[in-house]
This record gives sequence, C-alpha cells and structure tokens, in this order.
Amino acid sequence: MLIPCPWCGDREDIEFKYGGAAQIAYPTDPEAADDAAWARYVFVRPNPKGKMAERWVHTAGCRRWFSLVRDTVTHEITPGRPGGKA
Amino acid sequence: MTRLPIGGRIDRSRPVRFTFNGHVYQGFAGDTLASALLANDVRVVAKSVTYGRPRGVFGTGVEEPNALVQVGPEPMLRATQVELVDGLEATGLNGKGRLTAQPESGRFDKVYAHCEVLVVGGGPTGRTAAHAAAQKGDRVILLDEQANPSLDDFGGLPANARVLLRTTAFGLYEQNLVLAAERRDGGGRLWQIRAREVVLATGAHERPIVFANNDRPGIMLASAVRTYVNRYGVAPGTRAVIFTNNSSTDVVAADLKSAGIVVEAIVDVRAGEAVVDTLAESSPDPPSPLVGEGRGGGSLKSVIIAPLTGGASREVECDLLCVSGGFNPTAHLYSQAQGKLRYDERFACFRPDGKLPNVTVLGAANAEFDFSIQPLWLVPGRDGNWSTHFVDLERDVTVVEMQRAVGAGMRSVEHVKRFTTIGTGSDQGKTSGINEVALVGTLTGQPIGGVGTTTYRPPYVPVSFALMAGRNRSDLFDPIRLTSIHSWHVGHGAVFENVGQWKRPWYFPRHDEDMEAAVLRECRAARENVAVMDASTLGKVDIQGPDALEFLNRMYTNAFDSLKVGSCRYGLMCRADGMVFDDGVVMHLGPDHWLATTTTGGAAAVLDWMEEWLQTEWPDLRVRLTSVTDHWSDVAVVGPRSRDVVRTLFPNLELGPESFPFMAIREGETGGIPVRLHRITFSGELAYELWTPSWYGLALWEAVMAAGEPLGITPYGTEAMHVLRAEKGYVICGQETDGTVTPQDLGMSWIVSKKKAFIGQRSHRRSDTARADRKHLVGLLPIDGEELLPEGAQLVLEQNGPAGVKMVGHVTSSYRSATLGRTFALAMLQSGRERFESTVYAPLNGHVVAATVTEPIFYDKENVRRDS
Repeated sequence: MLIPCPWCGDREDIEFKYGGAAQIAYPTDPEAADDAAWARYVFVRPNPKGKMAERWVHTAGCRRWFSLVRDTVTHEITPGRPGGKA
Repeated sequence: MTRLPIGGRIDRSRPVRFTFNGHVYQGFAGDTLASALLANDVRVVAKSVTYGRPRGVFGTGVEEPNALVQVGPEPMLRATQVELVDGLEATGLNGKGRLTAQPESGRFDKVYAHCEVLVVGGGPTGRTAAHAAAQKGDRVILLDEQANPSLDDFGGLPANARVLLRTTAFGLYEQNLVLAAERRDGGGRLWQIRAREVVLATGAHERPIVFANNDRPGIMLASAVRTYVNRYGVAPGTRAVIFTNNSSTDVVAADLKSAGIVVEAIVDVRAGEAVVDTLAESSPDPPSPLVGEGRGGGSLKSVIIAPLTGGASREVECDLLCVSGGFNPTAHLYSQAQGKLRYDERFACFRPDGKLPNVTVLGAANAEFDFSIQPLWLVPGRDGNWSTHFVDLERDVTVVEMQRAVGAGMRSVEHVKRFTTIGTGSDQGKTSGINEVALVGTLTGQPIGGVGTTTYRPPYVPVSFALMAGRNRSDLFDPIRLTSIHSWHVGHGAVFENVGQWKRPWYFPRHDEDMEAAVLRECRAARENVAVMDASTLGKVDIQGPDALEFLNRMYTNAFDSLKVGSCRYGLMCRADGMVFDDGVVMHLGPDHWLATTTTGGAAAVLDWMEEWLQTEWPDLRVRLTSVTDHWSDVAVVGPRSRDVVRTLFPNLELGPESFPFMAIREGETGGIPVRLHRITFSGELAYELWTPSWYGLALWEAVMAAGEPLGITPYGTEAMHVLRAEKGYVICGQETDGTVTPQDLGMSWIVSKKKAFIGQRSHRRSDTARADRKHLVGLLPIDGEELLPEGAQLVLEQNGPAGVKMVGHVTSSYRSATLGRTFALAMLQSGRERFESTVYAPLNGHVVAATVTEPIFYDKENVRRDS
C-alpha cells in the first residue's frame, strides 16, 4: 500500500506506523469528564467497513504525524493534512 | 518412443539425459519434464494423495493437478513446469513430498521496479499490448511464466520495454503492486513492480468434465494434448478419443492425425453423447523393470460411451482421452485485487467485470473466445456410484464429498471448499474450482452465476519461503546494533543477549565459570568493590525549546519545575489509560535544553509517543525532539570504590558527596576525552554514569578499565544489572509492568504529581484503576532459600487448595542474590501490600514452592549507599 506523506509524497506502508482513528479530540478538561465520558475517549474507537479518518506517522522517514481517509475495504486513500486532528 | 520424427520447438541437436524414479531417460533441450516423460512413454507419474491412485500428466503448465514430482530438495513441483536440464533427478510423488533437512543453499534476491505499463502474459495478446504501449514511449515490463522461445523472436521491441521470462506474476495488490517470481539457475528473484497500468493477458485454462474414473493416466485436457504434439513434438498416445462439449476441439482431431494418432471416436455432448466411465490396464505381474513406472498399471485402456438420454453404451479402446469442458479465463490476479467476476452464459465461464481501475484484461482472460459450447459439468456413472467422479484431482476429492457437504446444509461455495478441501491443493484448484461452483449449483438447485466463485488469494502459484526471504536471513534478517565498546566485550569473552536489535553483554565468564557463578561474582564486585557496565544502549531523546519544561511536565507523571540546570531526575510516563509506559532519567542540561533517557527496548516507541502528542495535540508548544541514542556512549562505574576510579580519571573534579551529590551532573575531561558525569544509579550503589560522544566510547571504557585495574574493577553484564536493581526493588518497564500496571500498583504514588496535569492522570481515578484490590508490586522470599521461582509462575493463597483455585498474582523477576545469600523475587500480587509477612504458593510442575511476601526492597532501604 502506498501512503501519501504530506511531506515526502507516496511511500510504501512499511515506512509508516499506524496511529489509529483521527478526530478523537483530547478532552479539554479531563478532570471534568465523568468516568463514562473519559472511558469513551480512552477506549472507544470507530471500526467502520468503509471510509475511516486515520492518523499515521512516517516513522522511517520525516517522523511527522498526519491524517488521511482510508477505505478499509479497498485501501483507497484520500490524502489528509499534517498534524493528526483531521 | 513416442517422440515425433519432426516438429516442436525443441532443440533436437541437444539431447538431455535425466532420471525419473531411478530410470535413465533422454529428452531434448526445450522439453519440460512432463513432455520428456510422455516422449518416453512414462504414463504413471505419481500416486494420488488420499487414495493412492495412479496419475499421469493432465495439463501443460501451472494448472497441472496430477504430475507432481520431487526434484532434489524441492518437495512438490509440477512436472509440466520443470525445465529439463542435463542430470535432472526426479521422483514421482507418492502422495506427499519430503522436506529436506538441509538449509536452502540457493541464491535469492529482491528486485524493485516501476513502469507505466506492466503486461502479464507473453502470448500474442500480451505481446501486442506491450508493443503498442512501448511505441507510445511508456516504460513497459512484459512478464511470461514460461521460458517461451517465441518471445526471442519478438523483435522490434523498443529499449523502453523489458521482457522477463520464467517469471510468474503471483499477486496483484492495491495501487497496482505486482509481485512476481523469477526462476533462475540456482535460485530466483522476487520482483516487486509498481505499475500505473496493469494489462492482464493471462489467457484461459481449459477445464475437464467430471465423469466416473476421470483420473486415469492417459486422460488429458484436449488443449494440453495439442501443446504436446505441436510444441514438444510428442504423441501422448496412439489411439485417442475426444470428449468435448464445445467447438474449440474441432482442431484437435487434425492435430492428432498429423501426429499419427488414430482418432477412435469423437464424443460430443452437443451430439447427445458422453463418456460415462473408463477402464484401466491391469498391473503387470510381476512388475516389469523395463516399463518401470511406465505404461502399465492403472493407465487408460478404454472408455465407455453412452447417450446422454440413456440407452445402450459402447466400449472404445484407447490410450488417450482428450477432454474439454470449456475454458475459464485466468482471472486470479483480477480477483485478488478485489475485481469482481460475473458469469458469462455464452461461454459458460466467469469473466472479469472490467470495473477495476487501472487494470485492463485482454484476450482469453477477458473471455474473448470464438467457440460455441453446451455446458455439461457432470456425467452420471453407470451404477449410481459417485466415488470415482474426481472434482479435484490433486486433493483427491470426489462428488461424494460434495454431496456430503451439501447434505450437511452447506450452500456457500466457500463452505463447501473448506469442508471438502476442493481448491486447496498446491494447484489452487485451477482445473477444479469452477467445476466445484457448477456442482454446488447443480446439487443445490442454484444458477451457477448465483453461486459465484470462491475468493482468489495470492499467491497464484506456490512461492518458496526462500524467495520471500531473499537475503533477509540470519545476520541480515534484522539490523544488529552494536555499541562503540562492542569489540572490547567480544575480546573479553562476553556472552551476549539480544535486547531489541542491540547485542548486549549478558555476563563475562572467567575460565570455566557458568552463568550463575559469573553473575554472583559480578554482583559481589558491584556491591563490595567496583564494577563497570556498558549502558550505551539506553534510549536518549534530546529535547530543546522554550516550552520543553511544560512539555515534560505533561508527558511525565512527576514535575520538573524545580530541577536545576546540571541536575537530573527519575521520571515515569503513563499512557492515556493511566498504565505505566516507560521510565528513565531526565537531565536538565541548559536553558531550554533537556535530555530524557528511555528503556533500551522502548526508545523508538517513546520518541514516537512524544512526537504524537507534540504534533497532534500540542502543536503550539515550541519543542523539538531528536533521537541521540547512538550519539552517546555510557560507561557506568558502580560500587563503593567507584569514586576512587573516577578520581583517578578526573583529579581536578570535586567528587565529595556535598560537591557532587546524587543526581548531579558535571562536565570533565580525561586524556583528551570529553566526559559528562552523572551520579545516577541503577544498582543502588554509589555510581557514576560517564557519557562521552560515541567516537570516544571505547577509549573511555579502556581508560576506566586502566584506572580501575589496581582495584580489580570487574566488567558486568545485563544479568548482574537485573539482579542488582531487583535487590533494590527498581522496576523494569516491560518486566514488572505489562500495560496493565499503574504507578500506584508499583507503590510509586510518590512520583505521581497532584499539582499538575499529565497524560493518564484522569485514568487514575477510574473505578477500576482506583480499586484497592489491584495487583501490587511485592517482594517474595522462597522459604527454601535455594528454590528459584520461575519468572511467570502463578501465585495462589492455599498450598493444597481445590482444583480451580484462584490465581492471585505472578512472579515478574526472580534471581539468586550474592548479597542476600539466597534466592528472591519480585511479583505482582493481588492486594499485595496487605499481605506482607504472609505466605503465598507457586504451584509448579510436580511441586509447590512457598514464599513469604515482603516489601519490594531487599537491600539498603535507607539509601545510605546510594547517597554516600
């Protein structure tokens, strides 16, 4: 699978490490979150069949984190942007 | 001999001698083993895997299910794909091949290539496509799995086109990555080709019709017979019957006649007839050494022909039956890449739907045929018996097994495949797969198109592990990391252990010492005198920027606000779930300049983790991270007399406990070597970690050894390091912790700040994380001080409890201590801190070890030695 690094261009997937779902915001005030809300942040992640916003880091390259949208069925990738908030 | 006097693309000027099952035969250059065996009238090549039935050559290439042979160490090759070379020694498989005990000696490499157009298949269709693309100026690669001499005639191909022969494309992956195996003398190459456009000109495989006793030697695919006659100049028989359901066989009779083969009958489904059974030659008795595995036992003697509507049958003697049930487009690669296949009623086959982007399927692979067909998949036998109707010849699966699967309620072709094993042989069901689909349809009353095919998966042909591995074997399997001092360790007899990719000295045996004796001696030296260890493998992250302090405070559970330049502090990191992730020492080197050490194995993960937060959550923080693990060598000088060694090297430095206290950093130089000195200890003793740029690492180590020699300085390895730290109750992340352990579980609440926010903080208040009966870190002293608990041993509360007794903990570290004169262990134990002084039990294989629970510290609880 070729992954489009926003800094280095298309590279083989072995150069990258997977960072899980994107768009999981760190709670602005963790201490204010109740147990259920905090557990959702820590443990609950989407696992769709289809398009998924993901974070990747170009570990064996520029070491930058970025986000993209990958179709988990076809591996079709829509480039995202630097950083991981997406 | 059944070699024809003329014809074929073989080189009759170059005879080739080979042996099969111990008999010497002769063929020609350009033969395959299969064509040469047929030329020598060898009809029985192998015995089938389950029923041991005699089998002969059935096809001409990758689709061959029968003629499986062992060639040297290769346990399972298709005779149709073995190029004949002088001295070849082959044996027919008696069911299964034998793996060799010898390591692979072949040479295998990997090649990476890119092109605009990759054409798979060097037949007329593929050659035309390659030519057209090359003329446009595209970089073109044309693959063909055969050593096809006709490709040599394919002149006029521009230099921007490359032809790879003996190369089988076996996998098509997303974004048009094609994996191909190239066979070469004494090895091969694994090609990884990235193509903008892939053209599949892979042709089609003929399929058989299933009837009683359809597996006898002498029964072949009709197109295969033509290939043997025309390409190899071989007559695979003398008297032939053609059994067909389509017009592609119209040319077969003419080819047979040109080869002098008598056509005894043409049995055409379209004319209402079918072959309903076959009879076999009886075995010669006694077996003739002259014919060897040849003509005799089990090969085809005659066929029984009957009208499809029933009625009188007739027997026709023959030694060759040419069967054609139609053609299946070779759509394996297309399907692997998630392309869909749809059923084509006109040609009774599954064809690519043409919707896969950047993949074009041409020719027979796209079902561009010009024959007419009346589909017939299965011919009932004469007696209602289905046990010799072979659907999958290689797997020896008959209609009976399919009936059993369907009778058990299976409807999906995927289920029937797994139940019957149809299509799971090394031929991957190339002649059986579509017949299986049709028979599932027949047996369950579904239309074939509705049944659908099984999912095709790579590899299209068997690929050896040696080819996959290439040069990534033994020392080249994974990078090996060595410290700058490694050569000294080797020269002084160190025994090494792997820590991640690092080679670390495990212990330094003297003379005949075993590991236990060496480690006890090394520990004693560190506790009583002075010892030295190479700690260069510690992970090191350089942290710079105006917000570095804020960043560290967020990453670590403890705060660094009060840490002055020139000092260091132990730090602990948690994941967001509150569990311990890694630990190390954070050094404050200058304004906005810090350095954090990590565990040896955790260096890369810690850097990734830090970068993740910095880049994704806190991009506003002005901080830069750099891995400097390899930049520094770290010589740890340890023990009550370590100060004497350091003083010899740095006579001008104030080394007293007040001027250079625990956790302080000083700069120095010895013999031209720049050194940063840290009073850090991982043993609990007075100790100095001497850091120098790695260029000087070996020189510094040798200087330390020279300075320590009068005192008898002792090098020690990771095992003694582990014992020393465990005696002090210092945890190792990844040994005491396993991703389910909090700082509080370790009894390290003292390092968890209540004044500032850090990653994982909120999780420490979760109901599960905060409960009192979690597993705690404790010490264990086996009541028998000679008994060494195995690490990982489970702990229970009752010595003779009932079966199913609850496990309450496990041993995480266990050693023999020179200092304590006995064994000891660390463990994670449920409610452990409430169980001090009580007894727990470790049921082992055959006996139970009792141990007393203690605080997890066994030595110098007051830290007098550390701070001295």
